[in-house]
Amino acid sequence: MCATCGCDGGAGTIDEPGHELGKDGHEHSHEHSHDHSHEHNHDHSHEHETVVLEQDVLAKNDRAARRNREWLRARGVCAVNLMSSPGSGKTTLLERAVGELSRARPVMVVEGDQATPMDAERLRATGCRTVQINTGSGCHLDAEMIERALRTLDPGSGTLVFVENVGNLVCPALFDLGEARRVVLASTTEGEDKPLKYPHMFRGADLVLLTKVDLLPHLRFDVERFHRHLGRVNPDAELLPVSAVAGEGLDDWYGWLTSAVPVPAR
Amino acid sequence: MHELSIAQSIVSGITEQVGDRNVLRVGLEIGRLSGVEVDAIRFCFDVVAAGTPVEGAELVIDEPPGRARCRGCGAESALADLLGGCACGGLDLEVLSGEQLRIREVRVQRDVRDVRV
Repeated sequence: MCATCGCDGGAGTIDEPGHELGKDGHEHSHEHSHDHSHEHNHDHSHEHETVVLEQDVLAKNDRAARRNREWLRARGVCAVNLMSSPGSGKTTLLERAVGELSRARPVMVVEGDQATPMDAERLRATGCRTVQINTGSGCHLDAEMIERALRTLDPGSGTLVFVENVGNLVCPALFDLGEARRVVLASTTEGEDKPLKYPHMFRGADLVLLTKVDLLPHLRFDVERFHRHLGRVNPDAELLPVSAVAGEGLDDWYGWLTSAVPVPAR
Repeated sequence: MHELSIAQSIVSGITEQVGDRNVLRVGLEIGRLSGVEVDAIRFCFDVVAAGTPVEGAELVIDEPPGRARCRGCGAESALADLLGGCACGGLDLEVLSGEQLRIREVRVQRDVRDVRV
């Protein structure tokens, strides 16, 4: 079982057509630089010793996230981490957006799901270079999975990489991937209370996209109320209402991306 | 449930530092605003520690309470959860404490055979 995310079979499998690295699993290094001699000629007694560690539990992930951030910066590549509950419309929004955004710069996607390559296939159908990470029983993407996925994607300078995290409003909030920005999606069908019920997730967002606003006429959903709830947990987050089906608000989102993660000057 | 992942990160974080030495006690700091449930950690810890040198170790968990400073009026106050606000009505708070998620120390069995003589 994976020591980082709890999934079986290593920290997820990465799949991209033409690349056979799906089963390479993990590289967990265990450097125990102990320096013991083995002279057993004396009576041995057992004593206790306190070892002060003072380390963050997520230190290993955070180190990998820093490596990713540095690698991306050196390449002139920006990564955006998309997080939401399952079914809020991340993939549908990306299907629509990658075509539009790729007029200005290359766009690539890392897809995270527990199982199936379905989302990656949907995005590849739009012509977008995509790798799928299947986390098995894992409930989130971690920085080491992204490290391997980025090596596979091999994005060139100016590329915008979207990371579509595993659909989950809890666990992905704790794991830095090395992204430049965090975007959280919440759909109108999920209700106005989501920021209050999942404050950790919304608190870390740079931008919140309220999706499926084309359904508003059929729902009892008060956008202002949702905005107030968001402001209570994250006064700095921007909120943009969008509909990937009707196209509403998409230009605002593209505009946000252009200013938040600009194409680097050549 | 991310507590399983967190528990596994705790166990691997310890074994990477102390190797195969038998761990008797683990001191953790899990802040009340960290988003991690202490009861779930206790449950998951026993599961993931099984078969490792950390198996059976006593888990001592310090849970520092939340504390925040209001960006509006500058006052510091206790923060019970992330939905709290300042007495002045301000909601824009800088969290000062309560988000810790740290391995503080471990108590290991020292076998004198392992001491260079």
